Amino acid sequence: MGTLLYPEPKTKPGLYDWLDERLGISDVIALAKHKTVPQHRHSFWYYWGGLSLFFFIIQLFTGILLLVYFRPGKDAYDSVRQITYDIDFGWLIRSVHSWSANLMVFAVCVHMFSAFFMKAYQKPREFAWWSGLVLLLLTLVFGFSGYLLPMDELSFVATKIGLQFSNMIPVVGPVLADLIRGGPQVSPDTVQRFFALHVVVLPLLFLPLLMFHLFLVQKHGNASPPGEESRPASEKQTMPFFPNFFAMDLGMWLIALNVITILATLFPWDLGPQADPLASAPNGIHPEWYFMPPFHLLKIIGRFVPGVTGELLGMGLFAAVLIFWTLVPLFDPKGKAGRAGRFVTWGGVLVLSGMILLIALGYADLGYTHL
Amino acid sequence: MSSEALNPELNPPHSSRRDSLIKIGTGLVAACYAGAAGYPVYRYLSTPVTRANEQGQVSTVSIPLKDLPGAGSATMFLFGSRPALLIHHADGRYVSFDAVCTHLGCTVKFEPRNSRIFCACHGGTYDMNTGAVIAGPPPRGLTNFKVEVADGHVTVSRA
Repeated sequence: MGTLLYPEPKTKPGLYDWLDERLGISDVIALAKHKTVPQHRHSFWYYWGGLSLFFFIIQLFTGILLLVYFRPGKDAYDSVRQITYDIDFGWLIRSVHSWSANLMVFAVCVHMFSAFFMKAYQKPREFAWWSGLVLLLLTLVFGFSGYLLPMDELSFVATKIGLQFSNMIPVVGPVLADLIRGGPQVSPDTVQRFFALHVVVLPLLFLPLLMFHLFLVQKHGNASPPGEESRPASEKQTMPFFPNFFAMDLGMWLIALNVITILATLFPWDLGPQADPLASAPNGIHPEWYFMPPFHLLKIIGRFVPGVTGELLGMGLFAAVLIFWTLVPLFDPKGKAGRAGRFVTWGGVLVLSGMILLIALGYADLGYTHL
Repeated sequence: MSSEALNPELNPPHSSRRDSLIKIGTGLVAACYAGAAGYPVYRYLSTPVTRANEQGQVSTVSIPLKDLPGAGSATMFLFGSRPALLIHHADGRYVSFDAVCTHLGCTVKFEPRNSRIFCACHGGTYDMNTGAVIAGPPPRGLTNFKVEVADGHVTVSRA
């Protein structure tokens, strides 16, 4: 009899075994346990990629919630006013979305500069660097398009100015600007377009690219800074990704959540007066901090080289930095320490300090003109 | 179980209690966070429900007689946030009911020819004078409202 030949096992397989047989959970856990993260005095910077991801998840979640009441087109301002003042806790959801957007840009920038200084763009991580740069670009377009959606005075003027940058591109610029605006002026048509861009086009581009970026991080692991790389293998310390680094990651996410909550509650995001196409630009108008460097650079150059020449000079300088930043894996390849490597590092220091300086000068200038 | 777990020196007796305390504590903190995040989200999403319920607190509705159709017909009106039915019978009486079928929530209609209130969704049939169920699946009759006629107005209120 079959039952005698094959006695039933003493313990019945539980739910975990049932799922594991079908989904291969233990394979994933084994993989995660096998994965390690290098440990050294710069390990702190490894958390910023995870933080960027966390802020993005918050954006996704609060963005979907805002979609429940937001109406693009000519009702945009009214619906944001309703969200802010009428819907229960609407002010909080909107405030979290705005604060988290700023923190996400900040975290992505920190992540990028730390990857730059650890030379994480070198072989075999070139595509992680490039996909990261495109993700940063998309993050900035997210910020720019989302900023217009409430259609208040500030967002209206900021978008008007921002699109002037597109106007400056020779030949195709003006056509492009008209297409983005959906007309010669920023109008409800622009909000409708930016809305489609912000909630459909950008997420469709962003999510697969993010998966690709995360896949590459999984494949190649974290890069160590050059100083750590050159140590003998016996001196290198690592930490298991699961559960150790994962737990630390969650801890950082918890801190980030608390920071967002405090900022969003104590400094709720304002809604200005409704945009009026006939009103003159308000005093002290300025872009979000992350668009301040190009904005202020143009302002400074304009003082010395007025007119179109100055604008082209500023745009050219910015384009040169962008090209340097994109192509850095090619002229600072792995194993070629020495002058090229040092040149690139100092170039990075120059770019970082230049950006911080331009942001600081930009805000100082605002304070000055206000007086 | 490994030999380490059985070794009393490596695994002193209080540690399992401490472990479970840590687990309970973590669970409680996680529950607090989930609640603190979940409550505003719930209130945010349910605002239209709350507002509709507030509007539904209406206890009387007054309709000018001149706006009403003649005897032997009926009119629909909003009682708070729900549709309601006011029937002007051929003998001059006014009766009023909640117009939401008690079966699955469709809006009912007055059929003067068949002398009944009828729900087209599943054939629920109600008495046109009392709102009681005559036929079909509804579990109970329609809610009856009080009707008063005075000063050129018909005033409907909760009975």
